[in-house]
Amino acid sequence: EVLQNHVLEAKVFHTEYGTGVAILTGAHRFTLTTNIDDLKLRRLPEVPGLQKRPSCWAVLCQDRVLVILLAVGQELYLLDNTSFTLVTPPELSPHAGAYLQMAVSFNYRYLALFTDTGYIWMGMSSLKEKLCEFNCDFRAPPKQMAWCKRPRSKQRAVVVAWDRRLLVAGDAKEGIQFVLDEDSCLVPELDGVRILSRSTHEFLHEIPEASKEIFRIASMAPGALLLEAQKEYEAASFGKCFIDKFPPESFVRTCRDLRVLNAIRDYQIGVPLTFSQYKQLTIEVLLDRLVLRRLYPLAIKICEYLRLSEIQGVSRILAHWACYKVQQKDKSDEEVAHAINQKLGDTPGISYSEIAARAYDCGRTELAIKLLEYEPRSGEQVPLLLKMKRSKLALSKAIESGDTDLVYTVVLHLKNELNRSTFFMTLQNQPVALSLYRQFCKHQEPETLKDLYNQDDNHQELGNLHVRSSYTSEKSMEGRVAELQDGVDEYYKAKNEFAAKATDDQIKLLRMQRRLQDDFDKPYLDYSLHDTVYNLILDGNHKRAEQLYRDFKIPDKRFWWLKISALAEREDWEEMEKFSKSKKSPIGYLPFVEICVKHHNRYEAKKFAPRVAPEQRVKAYILVGELDQAADTAIEHKSESELNLVLAKCTSSTDAAVAEKINRAKTQSLKK
Amino acid sequence: MSPLDRIANVSILKQHDVDKLYKVENKPVFSTSDQLCFLVRPRIRNVKYVADIVNADKAAGRTRKYKIIFSPQKFYTCEMVLEEEGIYGDVTCDEWSFYLLPLDDDIISMELPEFFRDYFLEGDQRWISAVARALQLLNSLFGPFTRTYGIGRCAKMAHEVWRELAEENEGDAQARKPEIGHVFLMDRDVDYVTALCSQVVYEGLVDDTFRIKCGSVDFGPDITSSDRSIKVLLNTQDKVFNEIRNEHFSNVFSFLSQKARKLQSQYDRRRGMDIKQMKNFVSQELKGLKHEHRLLSLHIGACESIMKKKTKQDFQELLKTEHSLLEGFDIRESTSFIEEHIDRQVSPIESLRLMCLLSITENGLIPKDYRSLKTQYLQSYGPEHLLTFHNLRRMGLLTEQAPGDTLTAMESKVSKLVTDRAAGKLTDAFSSLARKSNFRGISKKLGLIPHVDGEYNLKVPQDMAYVFSGAYVPLSCKIMEQVLERRGWLGLEDVVRLLNGNEFAVTDAGVEENPTWESQRVILAVFLGGCTFSEICALRFLGKERGYRFIFLTTAITSSGRLLEATMETVT
Repeated sequence: EVLQNHVLEAKVFHTEYGTGVAILTGAHRFTLTTNIDDLKLRRLPEVPGLQKRPSCWAVLCQDRVLVILLAVGQELYLLDNTSFTLVTPPELSPHAGAYLQMAVSFNYRYLALFTDTGYIWMGMSSLKEKLCEFNCDFRAPPKQMAWCKRPRSKQRAVVVAWDRRLLVAGDAKEGIQFVLDEDSCLVPELDGVRILSRSTHEFLHEIPEASKEIFRIASMAPGALLLEAQKEYEAASFGKCFIDKFPPESFVRTCRDLRVLNAIRDYQIGVPLTFSQYKQLTIEVLLDRLVLRRLYPLAIKICEYLRLSEIQGVSRILAHWACYKVQQKDKSDEEVAHAINQKLGDTPGISYSEIAARAYDCGRTELAIKLLEYEPRSGEQVPLLLKMKRSKLALSKAIESGDTDLVYTVVLHLKNELNRSTFFMTLQNQPVALSLYRQFCKHQEPETLKDLYNQDDNHQELGNLHVRSSYTSEKSMEGRVAELQDGVDEYYKAKNEFAAKATDDQIKLLRMQRRLQDDFDKPYLDYSLHDTVYNLILDGNHKRAEQLYRDFKIPDKRFWWLKISALAEREDWEEMEKFSKSKKSPIGYLPFVEICVKHHNRYEAKKFAPRVAPEQRVKAYILVGELDQAADTAIEHKSESELNLVLAKCTSSTDAAVAEKINRAKTQSLKK
Repeated sequence: MSPLDRIANVSILKQHDVDKLYKVENKPVFSTSDQLCFLVRPRIRNVKYVADIVNADKAAGRTRKYKIIFSPQKFYTCEMVLEEEGIYGDVTCDEWSFYLLPLDDDIISMELPEFFRDYFLEGDQRWISAVARALQLLNSLFGPFTRTYGIGRCAKMAHEVWRELAEENEGDAQARKPEIGHVFLMDRDVDYVTALCSQVVYEGLVDDTFRIKCGSVDFGPDITSSDRSIKVLLNTQDKVFNEIRNEHFSNVFSFLSQKARKLQSQYDRRRGMDIKQMKNFVSQELKGLKHEHRLLSLHIGACESIMKKKTKQDFQELLKTEHSLLEGFDIRESTSFIEEHIDRQVSPIESLRLMCLLSITENGLIPKDYRSLKTQYLQSYGPEHLLTFHNLRRMGLLTEQAPGDTLTAMESKVSKLVTDRAAGKLTDAFSSLARKSNFRGISKKLGLIPHVDGEYNLKVPQDMAYVFSGAYVPLSCKIMEQVLERRGWLGLEDVVRLLNGNEFAVTDAGVEENPTWESQRVILAVFLGGCTFSEICALRFLGKERGYRFIFLTTAITSSGRLLEATMETVT
């Protein structure tokens, strides 16, 4: 719509939400946005009966809502989001006539209206209260009108400008008139009005009470006296001596600020700011403006002078300078990079990567890479390097940073960017990246993992992979055996004979278990060798057990342990006795006693006790409860500790005889 | 108990409209909720579980909202997997920067048990930045550390990454008076021996027997002498536990019975009270007494259960074997003991523990034993452990003695490679190159085996060896003691060389040292890869002796069982 109907007039305004623009289109409709950085257009409703352009209008801010005040002839309308209302300013002179110009104060609190009878109404912008009125002799429509007022001052005035005339109108009957030599333009400010013309720049503002007191003729105010004193002593801080406990900070701060203001007022800089404007603007914004005008040296001087922290001040400005510098196309990459590093060094808060990013944006990739070299945090270098397609360099930088996540980012980036073989080659030279990628493949791409190991002839790991998959992914017997067989081959290549042999045995065991499963219709698969044999004995299949014992060269000790435990669990005491006599037990006979006792068969246990080796026989007798025998053996051994052991087991009521026997033996041995 | 339980338990979550809690695993979720929130560690496996759930919903035509919260941080690979699984647009991701969980007054855990396997086995450095962030967090809370010591490659890297972090954040940190004087970072692989020994102080025994999870233990019906199990928080708040946690187990029973008598006498004071006194007693003391009584009976129950398991002949023999391994006596006898242990299928973890202990203390097994013990083990506990052995060899936990000097030559090459600054950040995948443990040499130099005339007094211990019945001073703790005493590594060069180097000592130039400050006695002991309760007890003892206050920061509480389980390949 704006495009179709052309823009008749636009007004820029500033609120707490930012800078806004209001537009009046050729169709006499208003559109506005409150913040140009976050552009949301709001079209206000049509003004009924508005056929021609309003004579004047302004944007008001009432209770944080933006409305438009417009005048058509003698009528004044308020236009908001939804409605359109006719309003009348309170106590408006009945002879006012048609509105020609209006002005809203800087803070949106006051409104001034100028009519074709030369009448000026001044009041609150809420249109609820009139402050004063003023009649002047000029009827011609003024070119501009603006409020001139200091914050917190009671004095209010509007400045009205015609082609060559300026009128300051306020609460008094008489206005002040100035003659303008040139075409001028008024800019309302926080604390006054700027008057700009082609060759001059003036500032009109109310003189503060303090200044008035100083400079009034024959003033006796302290300030004036002080000024006189200063002339005498050339010491501005003279007065401060007369005040007890005067905090020096504010004095120093004010002096510094004044010097800054004087510096920027210099004609070469040309930023005449008043103190309150400067405070409103803040030093940061002022610095930004200086930087935008490339007044880097001045900005840095100011930072240093005001002792701003480096990150806030100098570094920021240097970074801006560097970003500007990289755009200078007439200098070589080396020169620029060198110049930047010379100036910046390693000032804290400087991000070389940001400057490099700017250089890259300007199409100077080589320069960007050179600048990145200066970036101390390798992590910061990586994203830009990737963007510039310097992936291999990015990879080394990422590894240097020690940040695994960053390495992953680059690796996976590389994976998509390079073809497979180059990708693998790149990884070969970067062990950290390689091991990380392996981790990734383990879960996500097992086949790739195989390729990776194949490439560097890592047969051990390949063997492990095959073996692992025979336990995890393969389900069929054939598949499992095949995987294991591959494992065996790889282990041989890796010269790991132990693993090859163990895996070979596992194939044999699997096949055997399969046969057992078929023969006995019981699950045997995935038992360990020990458990397989144990279960065979438990089921009384002694022959098959013996076969496995021989085939797999199970050590005798293990076989005896396992067999007696299985027989005991089966309570096959007959077989156990037979077995014990088959040949000399490699584990001795105490385990027989123990296992019988464990299964609560003292009767069987007693049979084995006499066969237990002498040094353990006492223990065996105690286990089976033959304390008398135990005592005899101990006496035979003449072993004090054994005697004590037996004695400890004796209970006074039942074993009194045994205890006595031991005590006797003990005293006898003592005598000797 | 899980870390989440410690922070927000089920009832709190329910108050915030959580309908139901599920464990993230390879299972479909049957829920009618229209929002699912996943709180996971940033692992590919977890993301795949989530992807399966989301894709199953998609297939069934269900629409829900999904949110994945990665803790402590999100990794790029996780997003990558989301993308590959085609659900990147369906889920929103968030991070929960959860680094520190205080388990007790002096124990802070990062609750990252996977740190151990990830770093020491897989050579994955993903958690190093997490450790650095945890340090930075402590640094910002308690002021700058005056002095930082460390040993181990991971410690070094974590320290470097933390320094960088600290420099970046220097701007926001105000000058604070330091509350933690010294920091000591130690890699778990500097001392595996201590972690592999059977624990005999009460807290360690409870952990070995019942597994303390997040500072809480589940006591089963046999201990509570009721029909249900009870969760008990084990920390300084538990007055009974607090008094026995650091004690050698042999002292615990007598302490408990003394305590029981004392409690009884307090109860008995009721007799002869007038009504008013009785009223006071009931309203003020009785509740506390009852509570203490309940705790006491629980700990007595626990003790009984431990006694049943541990005071059998077997356990005594086991300890005897351990002690001779540590001292280097009767190696043949110990080897046969281990063999019998395996043959009788006593316990896969215990057998493995003894094998590793033998290997580390002897600088590797002699080739014959290496082969035969492994064969026996495979026969007993299943052939898949072939892969476990491979892992253990990589970590240097179970190795073969090298014939001659060939390995030493290669080692010096490797160590040259890693001392180079640029290569210093090379992956630890190579740390696997069978590093020698040199335990015997270290033990001699540091005097880890105390020689006491007569019996070691466990009731009033003289040194940290009491945590292992007076047989051995934990190496990790001894290193800390020595370095703190010498205020650096000076004079420990020989030991450092035997420990494979990577030691450092850094003083923060910005912090002035003031020996009168209380903080100079506060030491943050950081264990990368986990620390055991025995080590905590030993350092608490050292603290009491020397006037230090140790604060423990560990990636997780560990034990021989946890450590070895992490290296095992299981078939599931």
